[in-house]
Amino acid sequence: MFRYIVRRLLQMVLTFFGATFFVYALMFANQDDPIQALAGERPITESVRQALTERYHLDDPFLLQYWYYMKGMLTGDFGTSLTGRKISDMMEVAWPVTIKLGLIAIVIAAAVAVTSGVIAGIRRGSIFDNVTLVITLIILSLPIVVLAPLAQLIFGIKLGWFPPTAGATPTFWALLLPALVLGSLVIATELRVTRSSVAENLRSDYVRTARAKGLSRKRVIGVHVLRNSLIPVVTLIGVDIGGLMSGAIVTERIFNVPGVGFNLFRGIRTEDGPLVVGFVSILVIVFLVVNLLVDLLYAALDPRIRYE
Amino acid sequence: MSESITAAAGPSGAPMMEPKHADKRDKPRSLAGDAWVDLRRNKIFWFAATLVVLILAMAVFPKLFTSADPRDCILARQHGGASGSALFGYDFQGCDVYARTIYGARASIEVGVLATLLSGIIGLLFGLATGYFGGWIDAVLSRFIDIILGIPFLLAAIVLAKRFSSDSNSNGVVAVTITLGILGWTTAARIMRSSVISAKNQDYVAAARMLGAGPGRLMLRHILPNSIASFIVVLTILLGANIASEATLSFLGIGLKGDAISWGIAISDAGSYVRVAPAPLIWPSVFLAATVLAFIMLGDAVRDAFDPKLR
Amino acid sequence: MTDIKAKIDVLPGLDPRAPLLEVNDLHVEFRTQYGISRAVNGANFTLAPGETLAILGESGCGKSVTAQAIMGILDSPPGFITKGEVKYRGVDLLKLPEKERRKVRANQIAMIFQDALSALNPVFTVGYQLAELFRVHRGMSRGDAKKRSIELLDQVKIPAARARIGDYPHQFSGGMRQRVMIAMALALDPEVLIADEPTTALDVTVQAQIMGLLAELQQQRNMGLILITHDMGVVADVADRISVMYAGKVVEEAGVYDIYARPAHPYAKALLESIPRLDMKGQQLNVIKGLPPALTAIPQGCAFNPRCAYAQDVCRQDPAPPSYIVAPGRTSRCHFWRDVVGE
Ligand SMILES: Nc1ncnc2c1ncn2[C@@H]1O[C@H](COP(=O)(O)OP(=O)(O)OP(=O)(O)O)[C@@H](O)[C@H]1O
Ligand SMILES: [Mg+2]
Repeated sequence: MFRYIVRRLLQMVLTFFGATFFVYALMFANQDDPIQALAGERPITESVRQALTERYHLDDPFLLQYWYYMKGMLTGDFGTSLTGRKISDMMEVAWPVTIKLGLIAIVIAAAVAVTSGVIAGIRRGSIFDNVTLVITLIILSLPIVVLAPLAQLIFGIKLGWFPPTAGATPTFWALLLPALVLGSLVIATELRVTRSSVAENLRSDYVRTARAKGLSRKRVIGVHVLRNSLIPVVTLIGVDIGGLMSGAIVTERIFNVPGVGFNLFRGIRTEDGPLVVGFVSILVIVFLVVNLLVDLLYAALDPRIRYE
Repeated sequence: MSESITAAAGPSGAPMMEPKHADKRDKPRSLAGDAWVDLRRNKIFWFAATLVVLILAMAVFPKLFTSADPRDCILARQHGGASGSALFGYDFQGCDVYARTIYGARASIEVGVLATLLSGIIGLLFGLATGYFGGWIDAVLSRFIDIILGIPFLLAAIVLAKRFSSDSNSNGVVAVTITLGILGWTTAARIMRSSVISAKNQDYVAAARMLGAGPGRLMLRHILPNSIASFIVVLTILLGANIASEATLSFLGIGLKGDAISWGIAISDAGSYVRVAPAPLIWPSVFLAATVLAFIMLGDAVRDAFDPKLR
Repeated sequence: MTDIKAKIDVLPGLDPRAPLLEVNDLHVEFRTQYGISRAVNGANFTLAPGETLAILGESGCGKSVTAQAIMGILDSPPGFITKGEVKYRGVDLLKLPEKERRKVRANQIAMIFQDALSALNPVFTVGYQLAELFRVHRGMSRGDAKKRSIELLDQVKIPAARARIGDYPHQFSGGMRQRVMIAMALALDPEVLIADEPTTALDVTVQAQIMGLLAELQQQRNMGLILITHDMGVVADVADRISVMYAGKVVEEAGVYDIYARPAHPYAKALLESIPRLDMKGQQLNVIKGLPPALTAIPQGCAFNPRCAYAQDVCRQDPAPPSYIVAPGRTSRCHFWRDVVGE
């Protein structure tokens, strides 16, 4: 276990530096005028130019610039947006909303996906299985830019079941529709993986043993099969978080949820380079940390990895 | 990232093919022949293929479907209702929604196909190299893939697209294509890599190697033909994903721009007016979803045909 | 053995004087998309307490499927028992409701499998998998169940049982894993143990140890043992009687000495002649020519006729040869068993 953790940590450190370097280099390296890139097409006053140069150490060699950027991030200094607000302050307001949204999405998606996936896996070829297959196919083929506005139009505006937009301090109820939209991003894959994993495990020898032990079907599936089947599903969570982050940008913008994605969207639209770099960097870090945690969880679930 | 879809079906990502059940006729048949027989009987395949052909036709010959000019916009017609000449009505700038939706296919297909080709080439080369040579090349490239996958897809795309689209005169096709192409190859590379590794250990490849076949010849003659099916499946599904990503980037304002006609832009623009005019939102959405669906179904059908085990 | 009384109460119609296990005319088929595969077409045998019955036959002849049908753990669908009886002490298990049937498993009839690594659940400790039996069937507390599990591991001679109870299957060696399987099968003192190729996955020295352990435990408990195996050496050592299966049928059943000395079915004879023996040094081995039939298209008449040196026209026509009684407790499904034995 210890060696596994150490290895994963080393791997994460490498990925961390690689990923941040990638982000940073793309924003700054080899640009004719990095400042113009940061500020987009807006006219730049001399004082802004100076502030940005100083802020990003643009007069220094590139590696040094990167070093300063990393140092800032590791000490919690993510910079200031072009509108003059500190990124960390913006984050402080935005995170709780996004986390709430994400949690609702994940919980609902996981509950639905695992339950239906298990049923579909047990009754392969049944009507239920075929219906879920078709539904997942449809969900898979609905990009978030289609799903979010259509859901808003149908359930928010036409039917009026949910508030069409969330507003400044969204309630659970206001977040539910965006969370469902967000959750649908991951639900189809989770369901399909659960299904095939359950189906595969049901055919395995240890299930035969469990039945030979005179265990009830409920116990064979609920304890023996489920525990094994969830291992691949758990590994999906890491990937899913990335998908949720991406989806949150679109979803939060459409439902006016004042979260991280919404801010990032505004940053992109207003060409606020510092804001985008700051937010993206933070999200990348969060993503890596979550993936590390998922790997540890994976090891906890699968003893073959734990004791390798 | 998009890997999960394929992972769901093929746990190992290895060339998941096995000859189909023994045929009663004596004539030996190739795997591809078998797969084709299977595909021909598959209704989903025909449905998806028809849809794909239709969309391709729209992209290449939009005039077949509409005689209206998508750029002929008259503000006086703003949000005008549907009529015989404008099936889906007009949007907020008074453009013909139907015409713009038809013409939108071109951008999607163009970006989707080009980006997928780019990903395919990169994935193929990386996969072959890592699988065949193994060792440190494999280690380095695997870490490289880790790094790419260490950034959530859309975030990476945002950064890349921003970088490539600094030229404000272009309509963004090149920038989006390169962005998606650079980010999309990892699954293809992994599939290729594991195919090569398992093929490498097969007796007939070992035999060919002992007979003095060089790496280039080995890959071309012996390894590629065996892995090509799963590779194509991955690319087909990726094509659908790329089309969705193009729309998403365009929606965010860092994809296609300027005077480009794109479903993503249309959805983004229509969003502000859904309460008054839902049609300009609905139709591009439907076309976009149908296109993605078609490619996913096509990929699924082909995979099933090559890999009967996974049903 | 204090549980015997409880067992009788559980199963209605249980007759302590009836044979321990009796399989009559068992038929199993698999309904697959490529047709119906008749894996078992009339399996018959009986088993007495303390007795070891070996089931022999080529790969794919339905040995494992028979065992699974007895246990009631066939994959269904595609597998279906279409005919026959499986009687435990006079009770036809096939007619029992699933809930009753479940209690018979592990309590009265237990099974061990060929590949212990895949037969044990990889994500639970062996302690958990053993204790589970006591907790589910006996309602024991965790603590008691654990104590019993340690005792069991001691009985199957796993060193440092107390320490190893928290280990996972992959942390054991092949032989130790098979011991764990045996412990699991014996946990609830079953009267019948079915061992499906228990030693095939092990190397030779370990094989001998495991067989020794099985024999010892069988004697201690006076268990009936059904041993499915390919290993003729093992059969000669431990079996009392032998059932030879071909294409889903028991073609000959006989005491081990009888069958080795004078087989009464051409297939049994061919099978025995295909074993290398020390006294045959220098002679050529007889390998049975041809292949076993596809179970989707079993030949008319005697299924063995295309490969049989004794085959005549009657062998190629339905009905298939009945079960001739060669001697008391000895049967053969060959029209010409007299010729075969007589040689
Ligand atoms: N789940 C199943 N689905 C379809 N057919 C099956 C299934 N299980 C077994 N069979 C068929 O039943 C036949 C008998 O199989 P079985 O496992 O009993 O053979 P066996 O005598 O145990 O062989 P071996 O010595 O190789 O273990 C095989 O031909 C097999 O194809
Ligand atoms: Mg078997």
